Amino acid sequence: MSGRNADRATLALLLAILLFTTAASTRFGAIDFSAHDMVTAVSHTLTGASDLTLNQRIFMQLRLPRAILCLFVGACLGIGGTLMQALFRNPIVEPGMVGTSSGAAFGAAMFYVFGALLNISLGAWALPIAACLGGVISTYLVFALAQTKNEGRSSIILLLLTGLAINALFMSGIGYLSYIARDPQARSIIYWNLGTMSGASWNSVFVVGSATAAGTAAALFCAKSLNALMIGEEEAVALGVNVARLKWVVLTINVLMVAVATAFTGIISFVGLIVPHILRMMRGPNNRFLITGSALLGGALLSAADLIARMCVRPAELPIGIVTSIVGVPVFLGLLRRREYLF
Amino acid sequence: MLSASNLVFRAGGRALVDNVSATFHPGLLHLIMGPNGAGKSTLVKLLARMLRPHDGRVAYGGIDAERWSDRQLAKQRAVLSQAIEVAFPIPVHELIMMGRYPHFRGRPGRSDERICEQVMQYFEVSAFADRNYSSLSGGERQRVNFARVLAQIWEPLPGSARYLFLDEPLTFLDIRHQIDFMKKVREFASQPDVVAVGVVHDLNLAAKFANHMLLLHEGRVLVEGDKAEVLTAEHLRTAFDIRPEFLTNAATGETHLTFD
Repeated sequence: MSGRNADRATLALLLAILLFTTAASTRFGAIDFSAHDMVTAVSHTLTGASDLTLNQRIFMQLRLPRAILCLFVGACLGIGGTLMQALFRNPIVEPGMVGTSSGAAFGAAMFYVFGALLNISLGAWALPIAACLGGVISTYLVFALAQTKNEGRSSIILLLLTGLAINALFMSGIGYLSYIARDPQARSIIYWNLGTMSGASWNSVFVVGSATAAGTAAALFCAKSLNALMIGEEEAVALGVNVARLKWVVLTINVLMVAVATAFTGIISFVGLIVPHILRMMRGPNNRFLITGSALLGGALLSAADLIARMCVRPAELPIGIVTSIVGVPVFLGLLRRREYLF
Repeated sequence: MLSASNLVFRAGGRALVDNVSATFHPGLLHLIMGPNGAGKSTLVKLLARMLRPHDGRVAYGGIDAERWSDRQLAKQRAVLSQAIEVAFPIPVHELIMMGRYPHFRGRPGRSDERICEQVMQYFEVSAFADRNYSSLSGGERQRVNFARVLAQIWEPLPGSARYLFLDEPLTFLDIRHQIDFMKKVREFASQPDVVAVGVVHDLNLAAKFANHMLLLHEGRVLVEGDKAEVLTAEHLRTAFDIRPEFLTNAATGETHLTFD
């Protein structure tokens, strides 16, 4: 089929874009690294040599993990968006809509306000763990409340509206926490709510990378069933899809990917929304293509956004969530006005 | 052979399907009729295992329907419903390929591609194979859907019958398309290994195409049999609360129903 070759060509193109943005985002920033510094830093680290210059150490410990983390977080958000849009059969859904992001943000805010107070010390892991817990709890809450007796199948509209309500609840919780927080904590909450890649470390690369790999593989496994869901829940059942199980599996993948990514970077909006849109416009709605494509395009977009966030006010930097919103909102509004999308 | 024994399905404190037993044979087109709320759609969904009965059982070829996995069942049983709503713009050929989903893992095989070509030719939809489904007219859409549903059970299966269920498939079709459609259903259902069960509203259309009829009333089978047995003035008065008149077409000898 020629469609398959065109899919491959598109994926190759996306990979090329991703390599380009990653290269640019690795090289430029508050400090521009020379190609020589970059190569030397990597090769010396790999061979175990410890004779790195200051610049080379900055590259290895800050810039490189940050660039790689962008790829994984972008992939998580992109795939999360693809999965949620496919599951809810609605092109304007994003991963945050089942409560995952607001719950994660609430968990982070709780940590900022009460962590120091209770003297909880888990080192660098406390914040991501708090955020992840928040994401899982809020998502579980949405599902528990949206469960109906209707043959064990929870209706998707009910889920979406419950997600809306739970999101509002957690956002007001975050509002309250930043209201009672003292100044440095309040600033941390605000900063985290806007998203930032500045906390990147090899640790976070490892954790988010593992979630990305596992999530992508599991998502690809669900691709065909999600395609069947495109024509309706009943039709999918008639095609042999266990819709109730599919929902749980897909939501678990989404929570895993989005909560883990959000845990390390804060709320980064619109990536999960626009990535699947762009891909669908390019090559149609086949989820197998969309999942692989969103991993590549999500990574490329996020590393481009991070580069912009670092370049436009350098040597300071903008929260990346602001960049993705500034770019994402007009794209989203434009998409809404396109005729092909039927709501 | 498909058999239902003592099926009960309740909703809202009321039995929508109330102790229905029936047998459906291969090679025949069975049509279920009845007034609104008689439980036609529910019965078809129970038979197709889209719904689980609160009591009673459905058996495919003598084997309890509950013993088939979702996927095994989907290889032999296809369901065409009123109209589908597609969430995203999708080309017609991709939609039709969905009918083959139960038959392959990963990517479609050569036989899946071939079957899609065949059903597209059979339903004369090849000309718009690459068009967006949402851009088609109601009649074209239903043809595409029927092609998809038949792609699911297009080829005979070793050791198993094929089961086709139709849940008010004519709703969005004009009269010419209704007749075209029923001819294709009848042709498909005449194969010796195909069990076909459908719900049709139009009594005349049902009379013209059914091999076997079931008239439902308040969740129960009022009467079943051929059209002479089922479509009598008394049964129609009980089920629909109407007074029918029977006219015979002198040229064809066919009987038609009219109403006061």
